[in-house]
Amino acid sequence: MITLAHYIVLGAILFCISVAGIFINRKNVVVLLMAIELMLLAVNMNFVAFSRFLGDPSGQVFVFFILTVAAAETAIGLAILVVLFRNRSTINVAEIDSMKG
Amino acid sequence: MTLQLICFYAFAAVMVASALAVVTVRNTVHAVLFLVLTFFTAAATWILAEAEFLGIALIVVYVGAVMVLFLFVVMMLDIKPESMREGFIRFLPVGVVVAAVMLVEMLGLIGVKAMAAKQMPADPAVADGVAQNTAWLGKALYTQFLLPFEIAALILTVALVAAVALTHRKRTGVKTQKPGEQVRVMREDRIRIVKMAAETPTNPTTGESA
Repeated sequence: MITLAHYIVLGAILFCISVAGIFINRKNVVVLLMAIELMLLAVNMNFVAFSRFLGDPSGQVFVFFILTVAAAETAIGLAILVVLFRNRSTINVAEIDSMKG
Repeated sequence: MTLQLICFYAFAAVMVASALAVVTVRNTVHAVLFLVLTFFTAAATWILAEAEFLGIALIVVYVGAVMVLFLFVVMMLDIKPESMREGFIRFLPVGVVVAAVMLVEMLGLIGVKAMAAKQMPADPAVADGVAQNTAWLGKALYTQFLLPFEIAALILTVALVAAVALTHRKRTGVKTQKPGEQVRVMREDRIRIVKMAAETPTNPTTGESA
């Protein structure tokens, strides 16, 4: 039978892959956004698993809200990306340093 | 080993492999397509856990809308793959070490608490007296979580307006009609009545007025 640990371990592996992705793809904003999506998916995996194994619908409702917020975040992030590319003709994070932070 | 478990392992293997491909593949378009595969197999594992509504919602919302948006933006922007790869080898050891340490820590925590083999109980939706997952979820969503649900709708509206406002641009030097100004125009804006003395034609030979 599938146990709770199966889902949590899968979520943990997915989360670690996305953390590594943020480290190794730090030039490309699009891949950074995709790594964030993967992280949210890993978190959602935990929510769904706990909701299922504890018999509480709140976890799945929370996944619903996370999906909503993630969709909004992606839409705004990609809009910022398009504006950035229009102004700077690059999406290389290393070259976006006009604020000298 | 039940059929369910075999399916879970198959989906999990596909999911981990495609997630690895997302972060390592050279071409960004391919990365987006691998992300689609990851979401699809994640939806399959959720459906294995009898979370049908969220599984289908993940496919419809994520694969159908968000990933298409990603693909659209990636194809619209002119990204050179080779310039995006600099630093890949340099940061690879750091990323792998951090991810491995995190994974070991998380697996340790999970091993302490949850490996005590919590078996999957009967479908809680059936236990709660509703026949299916969607009804179970909908009941919670429209009673206990009604206000957050409305706020989620508001967030989506704000995101829509923000995305349009960010990417909309006024083009200069383009002649277009402005209906608002056309409707608002008054008679005084267009014609000016000038009072002046009547002019009379002059005789070209004598120079006297006729």
